[in-house]
Amino acid sequence: MSQLDSQALLAELPRLRRYARALVGDRAGADDLVQDTLERAWANATQWRPGNALRPWLFGIMHNLRIDQYRSSVPPLYPLDDAAEVATRATQDDRLDVLALDAALARLPEEQRQVLLLVSLEEMSYGEVATTLGIPPGTVMSRLARGRERLRQLLDEPQPSPRLRVVK
Amino acid sequence: MNTPVVSETELHAYLDGELSPERMAEVAAHLRDDPQAAARLAHYETQRQALHAAFDPLLDEPLPPALSRLTAAPAANAALWQRWRLPQLAAGIALLLLGASAGWLGHARWQPEPTLAGLPELSRRAAVAHVVYSPDPRRPVEIAADQEDLLVRWLSKRLGSAVRVPHLGNQGFSLVGGRLLPGGSGPVAQFMYQAANGERLTLYLSGEFSGKPETGFRFAREGEVNVFYWIDGRFGYALSGGIDKPQLARVATAVYDQLGTP
Repeated sequence: MSQLDSQALLAELPRLRRYARALVGDRAGADDLVQDTLERAWANATQWRPGNALRPWLFGIMHNLRIDQYRSSVPPLYPLDDAAEVATRATQDDRLDVLALDAALARLPEEQRQVLLLVSLEEMSYGEVATTLGIPPGTVMSRLARGRERLRQLLDEPQPSPRLRVVK
Repeated sequence: MNTPVVSETELHAYLDGELSPERMAEVAAHLRDDPQAAARLAHYETQRQALHAAFDPLLDEPLPPALSRLTAAPAANAALWQRWRLPQLAAGIALLLLGASAGWLGHARWQPEPTLAGLPELSRRAAVAHVVYSPDPRRPVEIAADQEDLLVRWLSKRLGSAVRVPHLGNQGFSLVGGRLLPGGSGPVAQFMYQAANGERLTLYLSGEFSGKPETGFRFAREGEVNVFYWIDGRFGYALSGGIDKPQLARVATAVYDQLGTP
């Protein structure tokens, strides 16, 4: 019946978690999103064609869930504090980087954050991003350009708090 | 020399390896003549590296069992095909505990033991105040630590009782400042502290427990905020933060020791 392969799903799990964590801004919310993604993947298992790549399909499901979530809920109250948990083996400097990045990412519009993360973190091609998000490649490129430039400005902005400092 | 015109999206496509080899070479030539664009692209590349440095550690982490279980087909796994969420579990446990303590309080009504009905309220209000003000990068406090004397005089006057500010430098936290907040039935004070890494703690002081018996430390987890709270002398105190419980306990002990010493 279902062609979905548990092992293949399991293999995608770390990347789904990484992307969700960067997108959502906190660990618990990210794992909730991954859980919902897996549940919906199984519920829609018949829509998946074995010839297709699994990753863009899963990321696409996550993206749709995120839209639902966005419509129905408020953004997390304090992604800044929670970011401290992300890298348990990270050094102090890494931690500052994570906090600064989280704070800056949180201030990007969601549509720009998604494209930027799919390209820069997930290393997807523009075509894969377009398929995943269901948008034209031209839109991928313009959102990417705007998102990267906005992130650059946010990270370069002088901040009064050390948590927002960027280590060059 | 005719430098080919390069669009903004082409610069990104160059960075992401999305151009034909010929166009890649042309854009590279263009970048040699346009140091500003080159610097911008270099920054975009550092974004990529920073994202990987920040989030790649998640790839090596052990998977939460609740998630890896869900990769199995639901039919093969019917019993686990339930929504299982930690917050809900925690809420269930909290309800159980609430039931248990209500039973205990019911029993305690017949004892001379005083009940402290307002005490859980203290930790909840403190946690909410923490969540509201501690993430604010620009205006976390009303009066900053460089005007500590003014802060103490003002809060003492408003709370109607001498307020003291503990110093937590030994615990790695320096005073950011403080603010006045509405409590359940009057003004309360909040002091904010910050560690070198940006982690913030808040100490909430309420005069509403004046005359209530003193308590030992109590611990509450309010959402993602850990809170130690207690009543000592004229005030109810609540120390809130995102740091883990043992670390917060050490800071709470330092606060208690300093405020307890006349």
